Amino acid sequence: MKEDVKLMKGNEAIAHAAIRYGADGYFGYPITPQSEVLETLEALMPWETTGMVVLQAESEVASINMVYGGASTGKAVMTSSSSPGISLMQEGLSYIAAGELPVLVVNVMRGGPGLGTIHPSQSDYFQAVKGGGHGDYHFIVLAPSTVQEMADFVGLGFDLAFKYRTPAMLLADGVVGQMMEKVVLPPARPRRTEEEIAIQCPWAVTGHSAHRKPNVLTTLELDSAKMEVNNERFQRTYRLIEDNEVRYQEYYTDDADYIFIAFGSIARICLKAIEDAREQGLKIGLIRPITLWPFPSKIIAEMSHKCKGIMVVELNAGQMIEDVRLAVEGRVPVWHYGRMGGIVPNPPEVLDALKSHIDNA
Amino acid sequence: MKKEIIIAGFGGQGVLSMGKILAYAGLIDDLEITWMPSYGPEQRGGTANVTVVLSDAPISSPVLDTFDTAVILNQQSLDKFESKVKPGGALIYDPYGIHRAPTRTDINIYPVDAMDATLELNNSKAYNMVVLGALLKINPVVDIESVMAGLKKALPERHHHLLPLNREAISRGMELVNP
Repeated sequence: MKEDVKLMKGNEAIAHAAIRYGADGYFGYPITPQSEVLETLEALMPWETTGMVVLQAESEVASINMVYGGASTGKAVMTSSSSPGISLMQEGLSYIAAGELPVLVVNVMRGGPGLGTIHPSQSDYFQAVKGGGHGDYHFIVLAPSTVQEMADFVGLGFDLAFKYRTPAMLLADGVVGQMMEKVVLPPARPRRTEEEIAIQCPWAVTGHSAHRKPNVLTTLELDSAKMEVNNERFQRTYRLIEDNEVRYQEYYTDDADYIFIAFGSIARICLKAIEDAREQGLKIGLIRPITLWPFPSKIIAEMSHKCKGIMVVELNAGQMIEDVRLAVEGRVPVWHYGRMGGIVPNPPEVLDALKSHIDNA
Repeated sequence: MKKEIIIAGFGGQGVLSMGKILAYAGLIDDLEITWMPSYGPEQRGGTANVTVVLSDAPISSPVLDTFDTAVILNQQSLDKFESKVKPGGALIYDPYGIHRAPTRTDINIYPVDAMDATLELNNSKAYNMVVLGALLKINPVVDIESVMAGLKKALPERHHHLLPLNREAISRGMELVNP
């Protein structure tokens, strides 16, 4: 056994990865199925080692506003929650997007709406990708499907957030949060010094000591002409992200007659269905979007010229399918298979759903 | 090699822990592993189950419909999972509290009197280790020394004095079945 290979839950991997990234602060409030993020951080006590602050706030609303404050000073700060908790944070998230602040938000989704269920779901796709709060804004949304990606996307999320001065969200589900698998944790690095923050984040409100003009971070702009200039700047950033940061993974697409499109843990269930289908001579491939925003529209469009049909598999009533249909532009049928309420489909169920669509096509 | 295992019973019987120890043993044996629990209030009563996949190749889905081996510790789980064992697979169950025994003829069924054996050992907390012993005898998917090393990893240091007792429980479980 290699010493650096660990066995842990996805939620635990997020906590370890945050400390190793050199994150400055975590603010959160417990909720199933992601409470292990906060619990693991509390157990690891990073304030004794790296100096990272870990605070259980009094609510999700408090958590996100602590993140807002921390990010304003150029610190690498994060929060995590699950669906109902993320809903509570939406006002803060909209302000953070408007403030052009780099933060990392983790949503380990459970079934909704309302308090719903504690079991796995992907029903917050619209909220994450289309903007759950008010105003024209986007998050970079990363969808991990393994415990390894839970660890890796913490660093990736922070790096992208700082690169573009925009919030990043890690959109996971109860399966990948609760399951254990092998993981190699990223190398530990120190937290950034105040000097490094001053260079990397010249916009940060760190106290100017009369050495420079004061930095002001506000989301309020009553002059519409100026607000539109702000909006245009946000949109330029989003176009830049769309041009440069689309991520996805293809499986068995070379000779595929049909394509599954699925993200997170459900992509793995589809992969197992594909392995079974190929034994039966049915050639199916999989496109797994890793960034849900920016969405991998181009590869899906290309694939729609080559395949006979596409089935989107999600733990919801049909959300990502809208983005798939926009990319496919009607060239091939786009079907949906979804389970809700915390029910996770098994591989034969997914395969049967596709077969019935093929038979009826 | 790929083994798809489900362990199911009441919350508190050590179902998730048993799966965890198996997973840690797989880690030591350099296998690929997924450990997927039912989570939430099941832990405090009700039924609990965990799916463990051990493989020498990358594992796609941690969520499965059928299993090579099912370890069943209560009636509800037997009712739910008997039909989910692959033909030719193994169903290991403790007859304690079972009033409708499994009936399939296309799988290998192993009744294991683990509860009685645990009572004899006079340590009710070792129940899941007795069951694990039976599982390993029937399906030696991981090395017993790796299980002990895995236990050491899974148990906090303050419980390490219990390791010999656990080994004894595993050995007792192994004696309970003759595959």
